[in-house]
Amino acid sequence: MEATNGTGKSPPTPAAKPDLLSTSSAFFSDFLKTLKLKTKQQELLIRVAILGLVYILAFSTRLFSVLRYESMIHEFDPYFNYRTTLFLTEKGFYEFWNWFDYESWYPLGRIVGGTLYPGLMLTAAVIYWSLRFLRFAVHIREVCVLTAPFFASNTTIVAYFFGKEVWDSGAGLVAAALIAICPGYISRSVAGSYDNEGVAIFALLLTFYLFVKAVNTGSLAWALGSAFGYFYMVSAWGGYVFIINLIPLYVLVLLITGRYSMRLYVAYNCMYVLGMLLAMQIRFVGFQHVQSGEHMAAMGVFFLMQVFYFLDWVKHLLNDSKLFQAFLRITVTTAVGVGAVAMGVGTASGYISPWTGRFYSLLDPTYAKDHIPIIASVSEHQPTAWSSFMFDFHILLFLFPAGLYFCFKRLSDATIFIVMYGLTSMYFAGVMVRLILVATPAVCLISAIAVSATIKNLTLLVRAKSKVANPGAGKGASSAKASSKGLPDQSMPFQRNGAIALLVGAFYLLSRYATHCTWVTSEAYSSPSIVLAARGAHGQRVIFDDYREAYFWLRQNTPPDAKVMSWWDYGYQITAMGNRTVIVDNNTWNNTHIATVGMAMSSYEDEAYDIMRSLDVDYVLVVFGGVTGYSSDDINKFLWMVRIGGGVFPVIKEPDYLVNGEYRVDKGAAPKMLNCLMYKLSYYRFGELTTEYGKPSGYDRARGVEIGNKEVKLEYLEEAFTTSNWIVRIYKVKPPNNRCWSQLCASTRLDFGIWLHVNVVAGSMHSASSTLNWVLFCASFIITVFEQAFIITKMPLAFKRHRSSSKANLCPLRAIWKRE
Amino acid sequence: MSRLPLIFLVAVIPFLSTLCTSFSPEKPSDRRILVLLDDLALQSSHSLFFDSLSSRGYALDFKLADDPKIGLKRYGQYLYDGLILFAPSADRFGGNIDSAAIVDFIDVGHDLIIAADNSASERIREIATECGVDFDDDQAAMVVDHTSYAVSDTEGDHTLIASDDFIQSEVLLGSNKIEAPVLFQGIGHSLNPANSLVLKVLSASSAAYSANPKTKLSSPPSLTGSAISLVSVVQARNNARVLISGSLSMFSNRFFRSEVQKAGSSIKHAKSGNEQFLTELSKWVFHERGHLKAVNVRHNKVGEANEPSMYRINDDLEYAVEIYEWSGKSWEPYVANDVQVQFYMMSPYVLKTLSTDQKGLYFTAFKVPDVYGVFQFKVEYQQLGYTSLSLSKQIPVRPFRHNEYERFLTAAFPYYGASFSMMAGFFVFTFAYLYNK
Repeated sequence: MEATNGTGKSPPTPAAKPDLLSTSSAFFSDFLKTLKLKTKQQELLIRVAILGLVYILAFSTRLFSVLRYESMIHEFDPYFNYRTTLFLTEKGFYEFWNWFDYESWYPLGRIVGGTLYPGLMLTAAVIYWSLRFLRFAVHIREVCVLTAPFFASNTTIVAYFFGKEVWDSGAGLVAAALIAICPGYISRSVAGSYDNEGVAIFALLLTFYLFVKAVNTGSLAWALGSAFGYFYMVSAWGGYVFIINLIPLYVLVLLITGRYSMRLYVAYNCMYVLGMLLAMQIRFVGFQHVQSGEHMAAMGVFFLMQVFYFLDWVKHLLNDSKLFQAFLRITVTTAVGVGAVAMGVGTASGYISPWTGRFYSLLDPTYAKDHIPIIASVSEHQPTAWSSFMFDFHILLFLFPAGLYFCFKRLSDATIFIVMYGLTSMYFAGVMVRLILVATPAVCLISAIAVSATIKNLTLLVRAKSKVANPGAGKGASSAKASSKGLPDQSMPFQRNGAIALLVGAFYLLSRYATHCTWVTSEAYSSPSIVLAARGAHGQRVIFDDYREAYFWLRQNTPPDAKVMSWWDYGYQITAMGNRTVIVDNNTWNNTHIATVGMAMSSYEDEAYDIMRSLDVDYVLVVFGGVTGYSSDDINKFLWMVRIGGGVFPVIKEPDYLVNGEYRVDKGAAPKMLNCLMYKLSYYRFGELTTEYGKPSGYDRARGVEIGNKEVKLEYLEEAFTTSNWIVRIYKVKPPNNRCWSQLCASTRLDFGIWLHVNVVAGSMHSASSTLNWVLFCASFIITVFEQAFIITKMPLAFKRHRSSSKANLCPLRAIWKRE
Repeated sequence: MSRLPLIFLVAVIPFLSTLCTSFSPEKPSDRRILVLLDDLALQSSHSLFFDSLSSRGYALDFKLADDPKIGLKRYGQYLYDGLILFAPSADRFGGNIDSAAIVDFIDVGHDLIIAADNSASERIREIATECGVDFDDDQAAMVVDHTSYAVSDTEGDHTLIASDDFIQSEVLLGSNKIEAPVLFQGIGHSLNPANSLVLKVLSASSAAYSANPKTKLSSPPSLTGSAISLVSVVQARNNARVLISGSLSMFSNRFFRSEVQKAGSSIKHAKSGNEQFLTELSKWVFHERGHLKAVNVRHNKVGEANEPSMYRINDDLEYAVEIYEWSGKSWEPYVANDVQVQFYMMSPYVLKTLSTDQKGLYFTAFKVPDVYGVFQFKVEYQQLGYTSLSLSKQIPVRPFRHNEYERFLTAAFPYYGASFSMMAGFFVFTFAYLYNK
């Protein structure tokens, strides 16, 4: 790799580098002398072989889920993606693009074509169509199941090139190997996990790689490639906002550190302008690039680049430093002033929308908890625990700082980028569990630099046996120290033995990493979560397939236009597998509608009946784990329903459901808790059941208590179906009484309907939050790194008892909860 | 536009007649009615009422209430279409009939006439309560009225009431005004205020009260004044109809033929109003009047004949429904000017009164609102005495497709000009820059 520097005023390259490169090539040639091929060919062969193996490994390690269970779609969101992909392959692109789905969000409907990121579906459809064209008669489901592993394999290739671009090809190879099995990435890309992230991480890394390549070479072609990579990313995942903020931040840092160059100018302008125009073609994104606060940083930096270019030109013309200083002052002041005024006017006039709540919650981890319960209720939006970091990164967590050290030792445009990517994404990973995914490639790359540089230096020491080993005081302990010196002539006592020991240690660590990754993949991250597995009393595997049983029942036994009310977690699955209309689903676009369902669930049965009638609900579905001990059921999520419902309808108050601030379902529970709809539906007929030997009847195994209300009577609903392990229970809403119609009910129902309507329509128009000014935006990014310390102190507090889990990722071992 | 529905109607009418013959609950020829009696003597003492029914084509099956062989249904099929319960004192019914069976009988859509008197048993009270009517709890109480009692030779205890406080409804009581007061002797009842399906047809005067006439009043009576209902009807949601009377004797031949003079009134009617009142009411109860049906609900875009599966916002659409009334013999067009349709999504976005062609067809046209979602065409027609029509038809409304927006807007010409001039300028500039060195 060629070391590339910015303008003349950039700091000199570390002197060690040319030495290091030359010695490394010497080492390779020595090592390969025994083989017959030419050195270059040998190296290429080995590299390609390693990459090929890594490619296969990345794919095959993700197949555990298929082996353990079956070729099926996992979790929640993937079911929506699968349903849309099916629609796309059946009806064609234009129908998909204009799809108005009236089976979800009844009665509002959802413009699916305009509210999704179509990249994933189109990718799967293109793969499907090309396989069909090649006469492989595959089912679309198989394509969807294997899309994520396929793209994970491709990511390893990109990681190789990225590592090669940032450091050298050795680091690239290590990066490819690390990312292939890193659990942080595997958690979202096992076979069956057909979610946006599966392809988005590939697109993210590709965009970054191409951009860094463009900055290094100053080539318009690479910048164009980067713009297309960005386009693919925008089409695939909402996380593209990270790119459109990180790249300007990176450019800004380069500008501040005096690394402005023509290469940077070309790369950024081309990438930004073309990327923005391309991104506007995605319906869901639309004009956000010019109208939303989140994208304004990129635009500001774009204008700043023009100012820099202009100043460069003026400086070139003037040739008078004093005059230029004056000019500089005036220009910069004017530019910043104009920018600030434009931003202020844009925001005040409403042309530029303020930041969304999700964005705020990234910058301030406590924001969602206080303001947006619907975001805080999702377990994958919780702050990350140390254990999760350890679980997902293992030794990379320790190699990451070492890698940062190496990067700082050899600063270049590329290493600055990877350092910034690493630091910002680590911060975001601390804020939200799911963003570990975004940090994973950076962590792998930086760790790969550490591993590669260390091992290379150590092997150099080992190979330097011919040199005089002069004994002396001190130890060759610190590998970092030894490797950073890296020069054989500064030899130390027991240098060779120490290096060998350290090498063995490094290989031991790496092998532990491989073992850990494989174990995590097979035990924790391969569970489809709609089929549950547990160990029986005699150690045998017990499979609970209740979800699919229930959805199949819905599909077979209810009228085609029946409306099913459930908590939003199950919406996508009901529409995809049960083929029935739902009131709310996982696309949480209308908070008020969800709050209405939350209110129905937390009201008394007669009040809930009015709400359900006004929404034309025919069936109510609840998930109940009291019989099997399945802990992420609706009772455990119930407090979030109360909170979300109470956030919009103040009639619902959280303290009504708690006793002394404690959430309980036994005899000591709050009276409202014991009689609310959710409690009744979960525990209907449960009082008669003996779940565990030696325990009284009505013993709830998920919460380990005897329930408080065993005599549940239903007046307005009747049990329609309960699955074999009671995990899913479906109730039918009875029609109004034939001979009695309460006039009272009728009038309130009408009022409620209108009121509800006003609220829901208002809710759908309501956009997130209050305005914050431009200064804060810049400032918050600058303090990003410092906030990392802050979030670390916050983390233990984040673990409180009851939280909803739509993706129960908090406990990574969710799949192996014990049956006994 | 108006001819199209007409043609349709003409095409539909022969079809309708076949519909009617297969529509058995509305066909009098095979209406079988079970009459349960305390005592078979009632058959002759109330023969006028029964004769009026059989002359209208009903097959009456008289049984003692405690006859062990009686049954409302056999092998899941109901044997009767209506039930007349003239067994106020029956404590239990024979066969498999109990109060739950009778309530179920109503809930599947059959009709019921209950008459009680001051010996009304718990069973009768239970059934009445299920229908939203509460008889006076006091077993010995009767309705007493010292102002509008029927004048007779002996002074009596004023429990024989002559009431003319009828409900104002031609559907219920026929088009001929009932001139003579109706004689009533029995117990009163009150209506459950939470139940809006039950109607007071004959109410007591404001001076009436319900108490034991043989003892002195020791405490204020629980039921007083016009809160007391003498005869009530219930129309259930499934259009089953129930008549509840607190007096069995008002159906009797003696009351039918009796001459009546209301206290304080100088007019003496040669014949009481009982016969007309009860005959007309029984016509209503057995669906000879006020029974509506709505058929052929259809909607389409203006200018198209087929019903679409989905509308687009701002589409113009036509909606039509045909409403007929059963006349006892055939379906006749129902004529009214107050039938409304709602275009409804949680609240009505459009509410329009339907125009009618006086031949049963109701139609209107309107524009779909500029809101997408799952709408319903809703007709909620509830008129006193008529069956309630509650039609709803779900229809999704979608937004514009990407290629349905207007193109080449005049207002946008400056922008087109700007972009094309920019392209041209860029091209020229590139050319000049590259080749002008």
